[in-house]
Amino acid sequence: MAAHSASLDAFAQPGLDAATTRVHIRGLNHWFGEGEQRCHVLQGIDLDLRAREIVILSGPSGCGKTTLLTLMGALRAVQDGDVQVLGEQLRGASQVVLRRVRRRIGVIFQGHNLLRCLTAEQNVQMGADLNRQLPYRERRLRSHQLLREVGLADQLGKLPAALSGGQRQRVAIARALAAEPHLLLADEPTAALDSHTGREVVELLQRMVRDHGCSVLMVTHDPRILDVADRLLVMEDGRIRAMAAAA
Amino acid sequence: MLPERLLHLWQRRRVPLAWMLLTRQPVRLAVALAGISFAGVLMFLQLGFRDALFEASITIHRLFDADVVLISPRSTSSNAMQAFPRRRLYQAAGWQEVASVAPVRWNFVQWKNPETGKPRSLLALGFDPADSVLLLPELETMQPKLRLGNRVLYDRLSRKEFGPVPEWFEQGREVRAQVGDVEVKVEGLVRMGASFSADGNLITSDRTFAKFRNSRGGVGTTNGSIELGLLRLHPGADAEALVRQMQAVLPPDVRPLTKDQFLAFEQNYWKSSTSIGFIFTLGAAMGVVVGSVIVYQILFSDVSDHLAEYATLKAMGYSHGSLVGVVMREALLLALLGYFPSWVAGLGLYALTRSQTMIPIAMTQAMATTVFCLILGMCTASGLLAMRKLNQADPAEIF
Ligand SMILES: Nc1ncnc2c1ncn2[C@@H]1O[C@H](COP(=O)(O)OP(=O)(O)O)[C@@H](O)[C@H]1O
Ligand SMILES: [Mg+2]
Repeated sequence: MAAHSASLDAFAQPGLDAATTRVHIRGLNHWFGEGEQRCHVLQGIDLDLRAREIVILSGPSGCGKTTLLTLMGALRAVQDGDVQVLGEQLRGASQVVLRRVRRRIGVIFQGHNLLRCLTAEQNVQMGADLNRQLPYRERRLRSHQLLREVGLADQLGKLPAALSGGQRQRVAIARALAAEPHLLLADEPTAALDSHTGREVVELLQRMVRDHGCSVLMVTHDPRILDVADRLLVMEDGRIRAMAAAA
Repeated sequence: MLPERLLHLWQRRRVPLAWMLLTRQPVRLAVALAGISFAGVLMFLQLGFRDALFEASITIHRLFDADVVLISPRSTSSNAMQAFPRRRLYQAAGWQEVASVAPVRWNFVQWKNPETGKPRSLLALGFDPADSVLLLPELETMQPKLRLGNRVLYDRLSRKEFGPVPEWFEQGREVRAQVGDVEVKVEGLVRMGASFSADGNLITSDRTFAKFRNSRGGVGTTNGSIELGLLRLHPGADAEALVRQMQAVLPPDVRPLTKDQFLAFEQNYWKSSTSIGFIFTLGAAMGVVVGSVIVYQILFSDVSDHLAEYATLKAMGYSHGSLVGVVMREALLLALLGYFPSWVAGLGLYALTRSQTMIPIAMTQAMATTVFCLILGMCTASGLLAMRKLNQADPAEIF
């Protein structure tokens, strides 16, 4: 009930500032399954993400973190609630709007999900290619630049299979940033890495998003990386329970 | 303007994903190309033989120097040319568009192999040696020799079973043979070519022809009748319009045709009375089926193997349509890469066929285009089928 009234309040607020608020979620509910199996996975989520903010979302497995991330990433249809991402309302949004939002969001997965048949450079360029205004050369230069920034300047021509897990995740970071996103969503980006490499990758991510002026929502279980966050959210049974300030 | 557009396109180019997907798996690509090329070769051979055989049915017909021909409406093919009154030809000569006419006798006669004495049916054409009837330049010097009785010109492309006539003649021997019960002397060799209905050909004067008996038992037709009338028109005359006028005016015992209609008349007989068309088209269709299955397999497994990657691309903001484009570009590349080897192989096999047989099989532009279109269609259809799998690439399910 409380969540519901909060969402009404949000609607009442005039002139939501898109420049400073990257994500504005009020009263988000989500269900999976039909009939008897119907399961209320997200229960009245309220969430704001400001510009240049790094927020870490943690919580037990199965509490709905990934579902929340896919909804924010315009990858899944919003069933109920107010979800505004980068100034666009996602509830009932058309494919065109969803695609436009996706292009302005970088995504990093637990598995790196690179294209196996493309080199590191080409993988990053797949991100840059989404920007249709830039001519080919600039997109290429941009990919080079990003790979240099993630420390892979000498691995441009390698296929993902020839890279280590940490290197692949760095390529994935470079790819996610190649389309110049305003928002980056990362789902357990260190889960497949050892703790040392995981730490390195997250620090890199932190530095990169600061340089590129991007907001981040990162889902993680890893307690050793919580300190990179400006804000910590803990999720439990489909609700955001506690908001702790960063250590 | 154009260079600017090209520059624009060049600047808009992207990572060649379709090309990379294909070439990063070279073994699979090689298998795919081998399959497509095989299908292409099958199409080239089947369609090539079909066209060549139909083409072979009109080898002689093509040789006639005429814009319009007259035949009997009872004639069904070169196998069974019936006679019509010769005066119809002179009636037709009255049209002002007609520059000249020439009557031609056409029948099968019994030729006895001069070496073995074995009889065999051969096509004899008889006409006035003063007329220019066939588009064979060598005839100009040879035709006058036919003025003497019982002289013939022998087609050197006739089958060997008619006897070693060309060899003997070239050795300078005097070659004599029996046609029915008339003894003839070979005065020269011409190049006409075997056709469906005739394994061998000879040319003679109308007067010698009249002495021959029909090889099918009957007596040769009387002098008042001919089997074929040739009409040459003045330059610029409209043959089709003239044929329509003649059809309306001439009695129904004669059938005027343009030369093209005459060729079609003969080919249609073979197309409708034999299953050649069906058999060879079926063979080519087999090629299309085999190729489609291979391309479909390749593209389908490509999409299923990379489903997570396609879903990732969707999550990044690539549209479903642009991914469909990737699959279709793969299909197009397969078609282009697979076509070329099959074209080369087809060219080689055609040359081999021509050197080993008399079949006039050739890589015409129409054939090259037809097979390319078939391969392209085959790859496109397979791509369209394989692409349905892309619907399963759900960006919400990749985390
Ligand atoms: N596609 C789906 N269909 C049905 N249930 C799902 C689906 N995806 C997730 N769930 C369920 O929703 C709940 C939340 O899942 P998820 O968001 O993946 O949790 P987390 O990422 O926090 O581990 C889980 O109970 C899971 O079983
Ligand atoms: Mg999860």
